[in-house]
Amino acid sequence: MSITLYVPCDSTAVSIGADRVAKAIAKEAEKRNITIRLVRNGSRGLYWLEPLVEVLTEEGRKAYGPVQVTDVASLFDANFTEGGAHPLYLGLTEELDYLKNQQRLTFARIGITDPVSLDDYIKLDGYKGLGNALNQSQAEIVKAVTDSGLRGRGGAAFPTGIKWNTVLNTPSEQKYIICNADEGDSGTFSDRMVMEGDPFVLIEGMTIAGIAVGATQGYIYLRVEYPHAHIALNTAIQKAYEAGYLGNDIQGSGKAFHLEVRLGAGAYVCGEETSLMESLEGKRGLVRFKPPLPAISGLFGKPTVVNNVISLASVPIILDKGGEYYRDFGMGRSRGTLPLQLAGNLKRTGLVEVAFGMTLRELLYDFGGGSASGRPIKAVQVGGPLGSYLPESQFDTPLDYEAFAANWTVLGHGGVVVFDDTANMAELARYNMEFCAAESCGKCTPCRIGSTRGYEVMDDILAGKELGKNIPLLRDLCNTLLNGSLCALGGMTPYPVLSALNHFPEDFGLTENVKAA
Amino acid sequence: MTELTTIPATVQTIISALQDKPGALLPILHAIQDKLGYIPTDSVPAIAKALNLSRAEVHGVISFYHYFRDTAPGKQTIHVCRAESCQAVGGKHLENHIKESLGIDYHETTQDGKFSLEPVYCLGNCACSPAIQIGHEVYGRVSPDNFDSIINETEELA
Repeated sequence: MSITLYVPCDSTAVSIGADRVAKAIAKEAEKRNITIRLVRNGSRGLYWLEPLVEVLTEEGRKAYGPVQVTDVASLFDANFTEGGAHPLYLGLTEELDYLKNQQRLTFARIGITDPVSLDDYIKLDGYKGLGNALNQSQAEIVKAVTDSGLRGRGGAAFPTGIKWNTVLNTPSEQKYIICNADEGDSGTFSDRMVMEGDPFVLIEGMTIAGIAVGATQGYIYLRVEYPHAHIALNTAIQKAYEAGYLGNDIQGSGKAFHLEVRLGAGAYVCGEETSLMESLEGKRGLVRFKPPLPAISGLFGKPTVVNNVISLASVPIILDKGGEYYRDFGMGRSRGTLPLQLAGNLKRTGLVEVAFGMTLRELLYDFGGGSASGRPIKAVQVGGPLGSYLPESQFDTPLDYEAFAANWTVLGHGGVVVFDDTANMAELARYNMEFCAAESCGKCTPCRIGSTRGYEVMDDILAGKELGKNIPLLRDLCNTLLNGSLCALGGMTPYPVLSALNHFPEDFGLTENVKAA
Repeated sequence: MTELTTIPATVQTIISALQDKPGALLPILHAIQDKLGYIPTDSVPAIAKALNLSRAEVHGVISFYHYFRDTAPGKQTIHVCRAESCQAVGGKHLENHIKESLGIDYHETTQDGKFSLEPVYCLGNCACSPAIQIGHEVYGRVSPDNFDSIINETEELA
């Protein structure tokens, strides 16, 4: 049997040495006269074990990690190419608890294949969803997505099927599909993993969306901070065109869909859909007033579907296995699975795709293994830089949009950033205001001015100045931002700020608990 | 680095290749910055003319986006992540170390012209924080010590 080895090409794995390990393995094999096939796969998402090297054996894929260049010679000495014993040996990859206890639907292929191999993609059920969609009416495709209960995974959780239906029923000679790949939320990387690790699933999802609503042009608005994803997407798009999965006549159906990647330029606010469209049109990323909804009048004034990467990447499996299959995962009105991203001060950081309903505590301790520092977890920010900080007393909240909303917290895009007890929540609150000031588009006053006044007030609070005056001022300012801002940037910056103040008043210099906002 | 005298020709070639795309301005600005490292102020009139925009509109777009710059950067630009996940594992300490060891603050370039320093709010590398990016390369779990060795390696390559 020929020897097949896997070393991820995922940018986070590369950031901690995967390229160097791959080179060292190739060199060592050559030196020892061993012929190997080295596959650069996506990451399994078990990042604390990266660089994770896998070996294909008769029993399945065996994992070794975290592998450094200095381990390579000893791995060969231990005959790891046959699955030999070594201190870094972890077991069969698929049997690792972290992976085994997940329900991977959207991430089913990621980490298994060479991301830009169309053959691999098709072998592992790729393009089955599109095949089914091509045999259905537009209304039937939209119905399958509606039945699945899929809600926008970018953060707003708006039902995807309803959005598609609006675009389908708005007559226009030109419509657009936009993939919002401006994954700027700190603590999130699931979009990046999809684009680097399985770009075809996004292309397939967008193609299905285009056929469903009658759009012939799609744009992926990708943040410039993701150069690896940019290369993977462009490579995959080219291959899809060559194989007739994109173009004027998709698989002989007579239906057309074209796709292009456009780069953002470092503006967080362009993750807001109307600002994103302004940017795509070549303008400053100023947020638009709504209505009109993008589904009615979006890019260049035409009906436009704007969906997040994970939403679109979940479409192929829904069209492959049916809306009901997907809907059977989850709880309440949160159907299907959510890819959560464990980050910050955790032992086992990584990607965890599970059905809605697990508690945050299970996620933090059963998957995450507790803090990396070994100190108590003080606070967890869920849902990116506009998400609330949750104290220990809220860790039993189930991962469900409505349960989170009831706590004045958000699930958002599923980012989970953990802080131990050395974190100063008042300093973080100051940072949240500063971030809003740096990223505000400037169109509405509460966000543009309020954020600057916000970090100034926080500076005074951190200096212990006139707390009796400044704390009410901060609350008042947050109230203005919450109710007076045009979009979620200004409108949700108070979530982290006020949750920090309400749950950790001592960090703000307050000795007795303050009432919830 | 491209010679100054060839800049207008380079810019004109880029504009001609891209100006007919829908929403062409950002692709044009990216292409210019990819080629030259920045968007020279004197390229604004040509861009404005080709896209039937005012110079103010083009300038407004360049200045809106953090990524675009109108001055030449150092040989390497170091982007340091300031976001929450990196803060949770020593990011601020790293930030201070980087500023001190390079002797510059954000948006500045070292006197020898080797490094420019820019903040970034998340590189999507949050599972291996703290993170920095030099050119297209992302580095994870960066400590002050391994920052120094990364810089030494980069200097040797430069």
